[in-house]
Amino acid sequence: MDRRVIAGFVVILPLLAAVPLLKLPAFYESFLYLVLHWIVLATSWNILSGYSGYFSFGHGAFFGVGIYTTAVLAGKLNWPFLATLPVAGLVAAVFGVALGAIVFRLRSLRGELFGLLTLAITFVIGTIILNTPIDGGPGVYLSAVPIPAIGPTPSGSFYLIILALAAVMLWVAYWIYCGRLGSALFAIHDDEDVAEVQGVPTYRYKLIAFGISCAFAGVAGGIHSVFVSYVTVGEVFNIVVPLNVVLMSVLGGSRHWFGPAVGAAVITALLYSFTAGDFAVAGRAAIGLILIIVILFMPQGIMGQLLRWWRKRASAPKPLPEPLSPPPIARQGQAGDLILSVNHVTKQFTGVRALNDVSLDVRRGEILGLVGPNGSGKSTMVNVISGLYKPELGSVVFNGTDLVPQPAYQAAHSGIARTYQIPRPFVTLTVLENATLAGMFGGRQLSRAQAERQAMHWLEFVGLAERARALPTELNLHQRKFLELARALASAPQIVLLDEVLAGLTPSEINSAITLVREIRNRGSTVVFIEHNMRAVLELCERLIVLNYGQIIASGDPRKVIADPEVISAYLGTPHEAGR
Amino acid sequence: MHMPSLELLGQSLLSGLFIGGLYGLLGLGLSLSWGMLRQINLAHFALAFLGAYLTYQLSEHFKLDPFLTMIIIVPGFFLIGMAMHWVFARFKVTPFNSLLVTFGLTVIIESVIQWIWSADYRKLESSYSDIKFQVGQLFFPLPELMTLLIAIALSLAAWALLRYTALGKAMRAMSENPRMAAAFGINEPMLALVLSGAASAFAGVAGACLALSFTLAPSQIYAWVGVVFSAVMIGGLGNPLGPLVAGIVIGLSEAATMAVTAPAWAPLVSFSLLIAVLLLRPGKV
Repeated sequence: MDRRVIAGFVVILPLLAAVPLLKLPAFYESFLYLVLHWIVLATSWNILSGYSGYFSFGHGAFFGVGIYTTAVLAGKLNWPFLATLPVAGLVAAVFGVALGAIVFRLRSLRGELFGLLTLAITFVIGTIILNTPIDGGPGVYLSAVPIPAIGPTPSGSFYLIILALAAVMLWVAYWIYCGRLGSALFAIHDDEDVAEVQGVPTYRYKLIAFGISCAFAGVAGGIHSVFVSYVTVGEVFNIVVPLNVVLMSVLGGSRHWFGPAVGAAVITALLYSFTAGDFAVAGRAAIGLILIIVILFMPQGIMGQLLRWWRKRASAPKPLPEPLSPPPIARQGQAGDLILSVNHVTKQFTGVRALNDVSLDVRRGEILGLVGPNGSGKSTMVNVISGLYKPELGSVVFNGTDLVPQPAYQAAHSGIARTYQIPRPFVTLTVLENATLAGMFGGRQLSRAQAERQAMHWLEFVGLAERARALPTELNLHQRKFLELARALASAPQIVLLDEVLAGLTPSEINSAITLVREIRNRGSTVVFIEHNMRAVLELCERLIVLNYGQIIASGDPRKVIADPEVISAYLGTPHEAGR
Repeated sequence: MHMPSLELLGQSLLSGLFIGGLYGLLGLGLSLSWGMLRQINLAHFALAFLGAYLTYQLSEHFKLDPFLTMIIIVPGFFLIGMAMHWVFARFKVTPFNSLLVTFGLTVIIESVIQWIWSADYRKLESSYSDIKFQVGQLFFPLPELMTLLIAIALSLAAWALLRYTALGKAMRAMSENPRMAAAFGINEPMLALVLSGAASAFAGVAGACLALSFTLAPSQIYAWVGVVFSAVMIGGLGNPLGPLVAGIVIGLSEAATMAVTAPAWAPLVSFSLLIAVLLLRPGKV
């Protein structure tokens, strides 16, 4: 965390808290209340939707659940106002987590479906409340609810209550932004499957983020119900809240913890000037237009633009963390022991058996070569071992545990790392952040600071230290391949699956890569080496397995295997005169 | 819970069938643009309402036959759809951002409607409104019957076009892989414009049908979003018959729910069906 941010909180918060002492007209306090109210709503929305890219259009539903929780407890059951707020947050969070538990299981079209389902649930919850005694139709009056005298006036009290909530909200948003949850959510935003395979428990993290997001919306709703003192379903469960929060966050910059707050302040001021002048309809249209323009022309938002400008202006770039050599990988057994065994694995894709009853063993400390013609099932094997694909049949036993029934992130936790044949870096994270993430969620579950220093070590190891602050899109293919390697190594793996790391490299680059692979093994990792380059395979591998049409056709000593007639015909075809 | 009489149940199932047709008609364009162009057009609903208000205006004030208004609405909306796609293509809008942009567009259209026609409810009193056929104990109101027939005709036409004509095959190739299709000489940008225009025109037709049998208000735009998207997703994206079939299933289930419980519970039906489909067959959507 940045000291300047902490100082900012410490200095600004007491100043803002002193505003009611100025005895301003209630109009100003109400305006400030509204600004802070929208800051809470937009920032809470951003925690799931901005950070992870799962746009919720149902923030109004969770806000509304909070409103009606307080309306029922304070307005009908005479609870004290403040006591209803935690309950409002809790009920909203429960609704959110229940919805998330269903939609977050989906594996395709996830973002789009999430957006539409959250939009739909707004009207569903609205219907339920309208048709049950919770509201029943006429709305709920809350004007009789006593307002705790925190400030000198009622409007001052509301201002102080929402100020406290906004301060907590911003702090939580900042804390998540800096911590494990934030890193994980940003990775999910870029490539959820890769994040999961790197050890991020994506399902759980999305639920946590959604729960926090809904809880704050619920508390804000609870406060707002008494602030407006009369609530109806039509006014609450509509499109205004989701429209505003999406716009505020996108305008302010949804990739930054403070972006939504900036957007909220701007839009609230705009809306206020419109409604003050009797142009409510025009104001809504203007917001719609701004949303379109921002998405088309300024996808990074105000904070994104500011930060970019700031970085360009800053004379000295932020110093890189000091590299720290990680401790050697603790061997959990003797060299030559069974470390991984794939037993009778079958994996089908509509009509194609990519793997057909394949069994293979990997021994601790070896470099095992896995070769075969294109489409023979090598990459599918890597995807099955690393947890990305779940096989229909068979087991993948790693250090005595079957990984197939476990969630995919368990493979990374237990010490399996992989590279992708076509590099799949997180495109909006820097090279250093990419490598850091692997350390944070890999076999050692390091703290961010530790992981950052070790990541620097691995970037030096693969020769990318100078590009640490670059984005993956600024790297060439060779560098992106080495970033894959650095990511795999940063997770301190027991076993590394290298999926065609040499493809596309020049002969001299191949030589340095061969040295690197040998070095990886010498540091204590077992290597499964998938490759077409036979020179590299023969130089590195102690044992070779050949796949063809999803089945193993040969295995053993590399030099004997490549002389096997079946292997030769798999690669080159059957000689014509040999018949058959 | 109570058991309604047989005639009442029959009549409500019939109206469920009719409203299911409208769900399908509204969903048709949505499903095609989502499934084939990868654009999630939230503004489809706002366009349909714009079409409905235009039908209302043209037949109420210019005494045009409500069905004839389509002569103006269909080409007009075709152009709107093409213009929208031109913007999406020009700015390379991702599927996700298309949702946001059309969300903004929805709000603008809603504001325009409210500005011109006010937020009050409007009802088109056409010569068709009161025509009903009676078969046995059941009544068939003409506007609803026409809506269902139009929905069936358009869905079948879209299906046949995509399946059997060269244009349809080119469109399917384009939706599978635009670049590869372009490499095979398919004029991908042009086809996408046509498809987007057609989707919008479908919205216009749905709007005209909406005006015939429903009361209009700008705030009603959002009331259709949940149920029609459910029909689109349950029916399978890009499948021209899917929304109609799923829409009718939803309409009938809603009618049955309304008949045995209170009418106000109907909005829960489509959502529950969708959740059930997502839970039981997550791979299908």
